Amino acid sequence: MQAYIQVLTNGLMLGALYACIAVGFSLVWGVLNIINMMHGSLIILGGYLTFFGWFHLKINPLIMLLIVPPFLFLFGYVLQYVMINRVIARPVLATLTLTFGLDMILYNFMNVVFEATPRRITMDFGSFSFYDVVLPGDRLLAMVLAFALTGILYWVMRTSRIGRAIVAVRMDKDAAALMGIPINRVYAVTFAISAMMAGVCGVLMAVTFPVTTNISGLLLGKAFAVCVIGGLGSVPGALVGGLALGLIESLSGNWWGPQNAVLTGSVLMIILLMTRPTGLLGKAGYE
Amino acid sequence: MNSLRYGLLWFIPLAILLALAPFISNNYIVQQATFVCMYAALALSWNFIGGYTGYPSFSTSAFVGFGAYAGALLQNAGMPMVLAWVFATIFTGIFAACLGFAILRMKGHYFAIGSISIVEIVRLIAASWSSLTGGGEGLNLPIFRGGPEHAGMVFLYSFLVLMLLAVITTVIVDRSRLGFGLRCIEQNEDAADMVGVNVNASKISAFVLSAIFCGTAGAISASWVSYISPPDAFSIVMTLKVPVMAMLGGAGTIFGPVLGALVFVGIEQSVLSRFLDYNQAILGLIIVFLIFFLPGGLLRISLFQKLKQRITKPSTPEVKS
Repeated sequence: MQAYIQVLTNGLMLGALYACIAVGFSLVWGVLNIINMMHGSLIILGGYLTFFGWFHLKINPLIMLLIVPPFLFLFGYVLQYVMINRVIARPVLATLTLTFGLDMILYNFMNVVFEATPRRITMDFGSFSFYDVVLPGDRLLAMVLAFALTGILYWVMRTSRIGRAIVAVRMDKDAAALMGIPINRVYAVTFAISAMMAGVCGVLMAVTFPVTTNISGLLLGKAFAVCVIGGLGSVPGALVGGLALGLIESLSGNWWGPQNAVLTGSVLMIILLMTRPTGLLGKAGYE
Repeated sequence: MNSLRYGLLWFIPLAILLALAPFISNNYIVQQATFVCMYAALALSWNFIGGYTGYPSFSTSAFVGFGAYAGALLQNAGMPMVLAWVFATIFTGIFAACLGFAILRMKGHYFAIGSISIVEIVRLIAASWSSLTGGGEGLNLPIFRGGPEHAGMVFLYSFLVLMLLAVITTVIVDRSRLGFGLRCIEQNEDAADMVGVNVNASKISAFVLSAIFCGTAGAISASWVSYISPPDAFSIVMTLKVPVMAMLGGAGTIFGPVLGALVFVGIEQSVLSRFLDYNQAILGLIIVFLIFFLPGGLLRISLFQKLKQRITKPSTPEVKS
């Protein structure tokens, strides 16, 4: 019993991070109808910026949380406006190949500039334990921040003008355009928000895990799985999907050994894709 | 008919030139010619599902890796090399048929994601099933005897034959009912179903066709390199490169993938030797250029076609594909 509570706690902490990884990816897929293959590399970019800010300039990673995401917001806005907006109406093959190609460029650039050595911020956040269930401080902090920032995003999407515009465009872009919503700007802001959430996730990753360019594909795989499990384009969907994937990987790692945890997640994703492609919280007609 | 004849006009000299490579140049050129043949075969096979049927498949690496492992295991079990290639092809075909039943129900983005995940899943299985596949350490194959020049020639001709087989299959499919059905599915799947195209059987046939040449190519290249490991066999770069080559030449045309492979290998080699650290960035730049400036591929935007268009229909606006 004790062991299971520990496993479930680990799963929840992992799941919060997964939700944070996927929420931006899901938003872009749902609203722009584009699979952003760059998402993993954007997270790594955020992670590297945080690491180098801490290593060379001695900036606390929590302060970097105020610097890195806005930078990525800008990066995403420009990228979408200059590049991706031009192909937005083209078939999946074109858009996916383009973002895949941009990912290759970013990945290569990071490999050359930062080098692929795994780096990790070595700060001691202590650890807490309740009744023998151990909670490492860094992961707990990452979980709380992931929940808080995802919550803020949800609140922004629900209440702000731009948030409502994004939801409107996702539901019916022609009708939204007729209501006077500037579609191209909404697309750019959506992509920018997605890149910003990748930046947030990068900061949290840098605090809890070693950051290296080699895991960008792995992160992207997590984003796929969370979207398929939770459903596309909504914050609650990403949250549910992320927590579900975290718990599944944690439990299956406990049962069948950690080397098969990722495999279980991927196989489950394929089965869900075949049987229920709209996800647990998804609604039909958004794809 | 016309486009076939026009294509043969440059394809036959190209094939002869590739076949003569060992006699007129050095080992480096022979190796590049082998790469051209291999990538042309891979791009032609992707063309069945990605070009004709219009399904964004990114599972090329899964089939290449599957074929490589099947060939390697059979060869290590004592089977003669060529026989191992044949059986690896058959196994890859069966694997693709089973997979096709599962993932061809999906469409659009979901199919793309599913096909990429297949590569990931097969790679994870190959990496963790160490008792069969050697896990992360990889597998060694018996080294081909007879010295590098002889081996270079043998593998060049193997890939050349594979490429010719792929071209012949493409021509046959292009003119058959199957090819017609696949083009209908590309235009509108529901309408194709309504007018009596057997959609599921056609899609699965296209998927299997797109896999078998990949399987052979994987098995041959495993014998060529005589060592395979999961990250090499199931390379994520390969799974992107092959569709890009096909699109570069012209997806859904007979000779487009061959032209794309030739041009791609040419660019890669001429740039790679100068900027070793930047090979992925080069692939990325080619993609950006391709998507923005060559949406239909080289064959569709050729000077010849533009001239023809201008002569026959001067006032028609350009139709986007």
